[in-house]
Amino acid sequence: MRIRKKYVLSAVLLAAVVAAFAVPAASVQAGSGLPTKIGKGEGRLNVIQWPAYTDKSFAKKFEQQTGCIIHRKTAGSSNEMFSLMHGSGGGGGGGANGYDLVSASGDASLRLIYARDVKPINIHLIPSWKNFLPAFKSPPHNTINGVHYGVSVQWGPNTLIYNTKKVKQAPKNWSLIYSKKYAGHVTVPNNPIQIADAALYLMQTRPSLGIKDPYELTLKQLTAAGALLARQKPLLKRYWVYEADEIQSFQNGDVWIGAGWPYQTLQLQKAKAPIKEVVPLPTTGWADTWMLARRAAHPNCAYMWMKYVTTPQVEAKQALVFGETPVNPKACPYMNKIKKGSCAGYHLNEPASYYQKIKFWKTPVPTCGWKKGNGCMDYNAWQQAWARITG
Amino acid sequence: MAADAGAFEAGPPGRRARLRLSGLLWRRPWLKALGLLTPPLAVFVIVYIGALSVLFVSSFWTVNAFTAAIEHTWTLANYRLIFSSGQPYLHIAALTLEIAAAVTLTDAVLAFPLAYFMARLAGGRTRAILFVMVLLPLWSSYLVRVYAWQAMLSHDGAINWWLNKLGLPDQNLAYTNWAMWIVFSYVWLPFMVLPVYAGLERIPDSYLEASADLGARGFKTLRSVILPLALPGLVAGSIFTFSLTLGDYITPLLVGGPSSQFIGNVVYDFVGINANVPFAAAFATIPLLIMGAYLLIARRLGAFEAL
Repeated sequence: MRIRKKYVLSAVLLAAVVAAFAVPAASVQAGSGLPTKIGKGEGRLNVIQWPAYTDKSFAKKFEQQTGCIIHRKTAGSSNEMFSLMHGSGGGGGGGANGYDLVSASGDASLRLIYARDVKPINIHLIPSWKNFLPAFKSPPHNTINGVHYGVSVQWGPNTLIYNTKKVKQAPKNWSLIYSKKYAGHVTVPNNPIQIADAALYLMQTRPSLGIKDPYELTLKQLTAAGALLARQKPLLKRYWVYEADEIQSFQNGDVWIGAGWPYQTLQLQKAKAPIKEVVPLPTTGWADTWMLARRAAHPNCAYMWMKYVTTPQVEAKQALVFGETPVNPKACPYMNKIKKGSCAGYHLNEPASYYQKIKFWKTPVPTCGWKKGNGCMDYNAWQQAWARITG
Repeated sequence: MAADAGAFEAGPPGRRARLRLSGLLWRRPWLKALGLLTPPLAVFVIVYIGALSVLFVSSFWTVNAFTAAIEHTWTLANYRLIFSSGQPYLHIAALTLEIAAAVTLTDAVLAFPLAYFMARLAGGRTRAILFVMVLLPLWSSYLVRVYAWQAMLSHDGAINWWLNKLGLPDQNLAYTNWAMWIVFSYVWLPFMVLPVYAGLERIPDSYLEASADLGARGFKTLRSVILPLALPGLVAGSIFTFSLTLGDYITPLLVGGPSSQFIGNVVYDFVGINANVPFAAAFATIPLLIMGAYLLIARRLGAFEAL
């Protein structure tokens, strides 16, 4: 009798556990029933953000104007951002834990869309959108079949940072982080999306592989990129995870050259370190999107924020706080007003051909980027390849 | 008895009910025990065993690469991937295990003399000061201490500065497995010192006197009397240092090098990317099994009597 009772208890437990996970997998639906106007603010806005993406210097005015008080959760990586919005299991997600907006980068945005954590928005409620650079109006990392899952906000190239005392000549391409010249003093991000950087490098150096898009790799191409990165590993001082780690490694001279973002360069130059950066084209880059949670409790405040943050003045302010480039070229004069020459410095005045040479982050998917293709390696395979490289 | 009954009748209804309840609990002790134990036991079963069951069950599922939804078909695919050759996971588990063992050994060697001094030689005041010094680091954030070590280990950090002062060459300690070993040994040392101290303190002085009377010298007494009696404390401490190292993922991230992935890092990455909880769960069962085996051995050695 006692034993049976025990079994009954574990069976009940098991059933409860199974039930908790048994949420039907639903497919993504095209948007319908989008709001046609922004209603009254709900007084509160909960965001998952990159550091400084709702910086007080420009968010304060928004709070005063709309009465939407911003509550922030700052993420350190795209994975953390995805985890926060998706929740850890099958059930929750979609902002069930209270989030309204997420400032997702391209390597997380498609994952959020296909995990049904975010929902389509009515892009026409964001007036600045029609002024955006063409590359960011309907980019493949946030727009699927014409359905907008958020509004682009800022972007930046991945840059090659170097110590001018150790690297005398400005690098012309990315080969230095794959060559033995600075062995033991190189750093790259600890992020599977780094495979795309290797793939982009192989596009130029080994055309026979036939890589057309660094985020759409066949098994053979992924293996080749993995082999390049495995050869790179002995040259590295470390993989960096948080911006502060890379900044510190450059500052104390442990690292001489590596891949990073304009943000790190700006911080290092502010600290008077002998640091410069170049953007050898073609390169990878990131572009961030404010995305609306499927279960957002404060959608009006969320729309108001998307509307506010894409206006030229705010775009300019945010760009200079974080060290990135607006998607709205009308921000150019405002940038120059805050800091002379910054519009050109951040490449906001480049011709369209420039943007075509930056391959923006997007989540690798088996269908090869929504082209109804097949045979591409998905992000899980990328993650496993990355674990093999770094393990 | 009649007076008691009178008291029951006399009070206001709320007070009467309370008195009746306390009477009932006094007459039926098992009811009291049940009332006391049910809440913590329920929490233990639901939160602890429940979470572990979720972990274990989900490790036999897979995740849809497209939608990140969990697919509830039973499969051993996750385990097959971990154990197949050419995959890094066994190598990562082995590295984690090796570092955990090295850290445990180091801490045992460092903690024993210190704990011995504190327990048997130091006076009350010195002992109090030593206690505060052992415990003080625990009051600051773990992260701060790891970052402090990151700065000390870097090529122009405190360690190389001292080496240069002593006329020795620079060491490339930052971002290596050596760095992980040093930092882990430092951060978990208090967890070894305390149980060893507790074990040593319990040895009666008369044992040592008896050993001396029988003609044993200091070293012989240490080996034949003190060490066997202190062993449960050492094993208890090793449970802390071993399991804490086994489950960590921040130190490898911050002071580890290009090849310093721990089990925890892989788990963290797989949950973040594509929300691949099933694979992470499968990989997380490995340290669980290791710890299970370790605890069984520890119990044999009497560690649980020293806790």
